[in-house]
Amino acid sequence: MPSVGKLSPRSLRRLILEQSKRANVGHIGSALSVVEILAALYGEAPSGEARHGEATSGEAPSGGVLQIPDPDHADRDRFILSKGHAALALYATFYLRGWLSADQLDTYCADNSQLGTHPEHALRGVDFSTGSLGQGLPMAAGAALAARLQGSRRRAIALLSDAECNEGSVWEAVMFAAHHHLDGLTAIVDLNGQQAIGYTRDVIDLSPLAERWRAFGWDAVEVDGHDVDALTQALQQTSTGQPRVIIARTVFGKGVSYMEHQIKWHYWPMSDEEYRQALREVEGS
Amino acid sequence: MRTTFLKTLKELAERDDRVMLLTGDLGYTVVEPFAEAFPDRFVNVGVAEQNMVGLATGLAEAGFLPFVYSIITFAVLRPYEFIRNGPVLHRLPVRIVGVGGGIEYGHAGPTHHGLEDIAVTRALPGLQIVAPADYEQSRSALQATWNHPGPIFYRLGKNDRDTIPGLDGRFEIGRATQVRDGEDLLMVVMGSVALQATEAAEQLSEEGFSVAVVIVASFHPEPVDDLAAALSGYRHVLSIEAHTRDGGVGSLVAEVIAEHGLSCRLVRCAIDATPDGLSGSEGFLRHKYGLSSDGLAATARQVLTSSKAPASPKLSTNSTPGTDA
Repeated sequence: MPSVGKLSPRSLRRLILEQSKRANVGHIGSALSVVEILAALYGEAPSGEARHGEATSGEAPSGGVLQIPDPDHADRDRFILSKGHAALALYATFYLRGWLSADQLDTYCADNSQLGTHPEHALRGVDFSTGSLGQGLPMAAGAALAARLQGSRRRAIALLSDAECNEGSVWEAVMFAAHHHLDGLTAIVDLNGQQAIGYTRDVIDLSPLAERWRAFGWDAVEVDGHDVDALTQALQQTSTGQPRVIIARTVFGKGVSYMEHQIKWHYWPMSDEEYRQALREVEGS
Repeated sequence: MRTTFLKTLKELAERDDRVMLLTGDLGYTVVEPFAEAFPDRFVNVGVAEQNMVGLATGLAEAGFLPFVYSIITFAVLRPYEFIRNGPVLHRLPVRIVGVGGGIEYGHAGPTHHGLEDIAVTRALPGLQIVAPADYEQSRSALQATWNHPGPIFYRLGKNDRDTIPGLDGRFEIGRATQVRDGEDLLMVVMGSVALQATEAAEQLSEEGFSVAVVIVASFHPEPVDDLAAALSGYRHVLSIEAHTRDGGVGSLVAEVIAEHGLSCRLVRCAIDATPDGLSGSEGFLRHKYGLSSDGLAATARQVLTSSKAPASPKLSTNSTPGTDA
């Protein structure tokens, strides 16, 4: 399948808005906050083969963190969108990678479609079904353990929401990965400060989040979650003997002024006027 | 059963390097032989059953055959949603191994009793369920199923000593196994309480009643045809299980009777009581819940001698419980 355009944050945002409007569904803000993260993971590196853990010389390439020759390759890196409610951002990524046709993308939220609001492993490219928070990191830890046992350097990367860290099972996996020195495991926390019906500081205050992960034995770095270069750099470094967490500071609803930091846009669909404005803002960015 | 099962698993692991054993920090004196033989393929994940099932899902996706081990309630109920969204949803060959089916952890109290596992796992299409009645059957059941491409739940007991007369370790997936012939009454049994059921049948035969016993060790696929054929020959049937009354083998028998339009009368012998805060040995609890050989014989006698079968066995909570064999 030919490539359909550059996998850029702007094109991802446009697709997220188009599909959310066409399907008249929500979860828009959650998808908008992770587009730079997905661009860093799935975007094509401009040149060279920046392989895991290898020092990059000269200019750090943007994107291309995940080594996935094709989604069926047995020794591919594994990615788990543990915050499954941002699935549309993943579908848009797959479309721009050429793994999903425009017709398939247009089945988002349609009847009899593999493209629901949470990712299903039946869809090519989705390694694990998610949607129930707290389940992605344990599965990713299993994937990392499997890679080590099989003598592979492939990585397992899980993208969590910040509020997902309310789940005890996240910390079960955090402790396990630290104890077993699973350095092939990377977690990214989308620190947008919001959860379904409130702000994290009001519901369960997670700060200082990086310190908490460090206290559990992880190597933790904080980056601007909307800076693809910084994300790429942070993701391409791995720490010998330690799993790594990238705390990605993001803005919920990023790119659409009236959605940013607004709880309403966890669930709300856009009106026609809201859609026009959102597109204008994203196209103008 | 658990010792035999893990010994058999170790033999399989010698042949197949995909086999792994994960434990949630349980199995003292039982998991060590596997751990010593295959240190890389044994992981004590700690007291973290949700993570254990998540790990197993990730391992199975990469080609491993992970067996996760704990006491039934911690192996099934605690991580239930992880089982549902992991191995079941992804159709991956994770094996959930739960030990202590029923009231085998008697003194440990209700937190350790495995009473609802069949009911909740029967609600998961695609999850094979294997509930051996004795250690010989646990061995043959593992040998018959270990390589199945989908997920499996094994409900094990602790008894590695007694065998069910007439069973001879037979196991076939999707089939029920008749261990005793009889004409007056049919007992359909799940789990190690089959021993008490066959003892009750023996008692009754001495009184002139002829009682057949069928063991169900395979749920999903369910032995519907075998049960329908067996049930069609009887007016009275007792289902027997150390499990809640709803959702286990008694419910399966009721479904078969209803869906096949059979005319036999079912009495479900099971554990149907609100926790009362009192614990005791497994023998004490079997007696208390009418699942001792004497209790089962009494219920059967009542059914056989009454023209109108009781809705459920009446238990006296005031009687002084004895011990049963």
